[in-house]
Amino acid sequence: MNLLTVDMLTISGTDGRALVSELSFALSPGERLGLIGESGSGKSLTALAVLGLLPAGLRASGSIRLQPAGGEPTEVVGAADRTLRRLRGRVATVVFQEPLTALDPLMRIGNQVGWAIRRTRGLRGSALRDAVLSALAEVGLDDRIARAYPHEVSGGQRQRAAIAAAVACRPALLIADEPTTALDVTVQADVLALLDRLVADRGMALLFISHDLAVVARVAERVLVLAQGVAVESGTVTEVVTAPDHPVTRALLSSARQLDAALDGRQP
Amino acid sequence: MVRYLVRRGGLLVASLLFASVALFLLLRVLPGDPANALLTVDATPEQIEAARRQVGSDRPLPEQFVTWLGQLVRLDLGRSFVSTLPVGPEITDRLAVTVPLALTAFALAIVIAVPVGYLCARWSRTWYGATISALSQLGIAVPVFWVGMLLVFVFALRLRVFPSGGFPRAGWADPGAALTALTLPVLTVALVMSASLIRYVRSATLDVLHSDYLRTARALGASSAEAMWRHGLRNAAGPVVSILGIELATTFLGTVVVESVFALPGLGSMLVKGIMQHDYPVIQGVLFVSTVTVLVIGFLADLAQRLLDPRLRRASSGRSR
Repeated sequence: MNLLTVDMLTISGTDGRALVSELSFALSPGERLGLIGESGSGKSLTALAVLGLLPAGLRASGSIRLQPAGGEPTEVVGAADRTLRRLRGRVATVVFQEPLTALDPLMRIGNQVGWAIRRTRGLRGSALRDAVLSALAEVGLDDRIARAYPHEVSGGQRQRAAIAAAVACRPALLIADEPTTALDVTVQADVLALLDRLVADRGMALLFISHDLAVVARVAERVLVLAQGVAVESGTVTEVVTAPDHPVTRALLSSARQLDAALDGRQP
Repeated sequence: MVRYLVRRGGLLVASLLFASVALFLLLRVLPGDPANALLTVDATPEQIEAARRQVGSDRPLPEQFVTWLGQLVRLDLGRSFVSTLPVGPEITDRLAVTVPLALTAFALAIVIAVPVGYLCARWSRTWYGATISALSQLGIAVPVFWVGMLLVFVFALRLRVFPSGGFPRAGWADPGAALTALTLPVLTVALVMSASLIRYVRSATLDVLHSDYLRTARALGASSAEAMWRHGLRNAAGPVVSILGIELATTFLGTVVVESVFALPGLGSMLVKGIMQHDYPVIQGVLFVSTVTVLVIGFLADLAQRLLDPRLRRASSGRSR
């Protein structure tokens, strides 16, 4: 039984041009899939489509089904917002790329995590307060951060807070949309390790979106390569890295190698 | 916050001092002696001298300024050269017309603009949303007096439900008549003000609707209404509040036009009369009171914004990270 089944998903823009074409993939509970491609390849739109959160003007067709363990499958494409609201957070949620804008600048971090927990788990009062603090502790943030506003903490701490809010909803599927791209290189590794640990501990499935093959290879088991909205290659990380088939995959691979080489060259 | 209040309050006082100097100097460098207001064209030099002594324009500028400042501190705005009545009480009388007019119009404009601007943003992709948006654009281009005249034509001349102008001699002692007299002026100002306010509310709402944090809230299970209520309202309020401060100040000064269309005895018409008659104490008094009002409104708007946005509080909270 699959947790997420995407079947012939097509996303078209206002002008009718297809931004994602006939994309199909599936994810079973606890599985980790990397969605990789250059910018504009449709990876983030796919993530938004899974939650039914495509920007106004974009249309999805085909099928996206979410089925939590022991639950009925729900079709996302064309579903009413009321139906989708029950899935968002509880069954699947997203950690976005830019943690500064993804958090409300005028609300204390603890409250933002708190609202997510309250909505999805129905906690109130001191139980809610404890849940917020333990959610923050789980991502390595102390009580002080709960009272801080997003601008008062560092970029890495902001992304940890966003991850805490998402994970605290206890989703079966966590979608991470370029979660480390906006961070300093030194912080990137920490946040990746954190995601890796949380997903393993909770048995969550992970849909990890990135343009960086090196990053995807560290957290995902399988990868799906997108180029201009079309799936061009898929397989296990090892397969794709050792024997890339498509020119786009080879380009992504060689840019990852170049970066590695450049970094190695700077080692003493 | 206390440190900020002290600093911002100090700035307020400094601006007031600066404004009083500027006001005083501006009027003095204008050609024409204030004593002329008391004289006929064929006045003799002796009469001119006597008039100058009477209004104090024979003394050196610094001395005149110190006298004026001394009066201000005692909240005494001097006496009119023309009527010889004290200026302060007349301003108070006039404010009894201008303040209710400006505040009611302001409140009405907010009541109109906030929901309309919000819906405009919500419906920005539909033809009706675009139509309201275009109409508000048109509303900005229309001058105040024209709206006033249009309302007079429809409601006073045709339908005869409201007076075309004037204010009851008894003032607020006759509240019914005072309210009917102010209805059309209030509508005029409110309509014109809401036209531009709608634009601001619309763009602030659009910013919020396209914001990442709203999307995050939705991804975490919030309904669009909940996300808007919990995150959108406060975020959109910031830019709107700063505009509201400016709009309220503008209305205060802009009542001149409305008061002349509707023949209202407000602050604006007092100023116009003062200018015509070279009545310096009246001009100074009215301008000073308006300046104080505008500066205080600005102060309050700044304060409101600070309370709304923690990012602005960072500097004074003494803790950056």
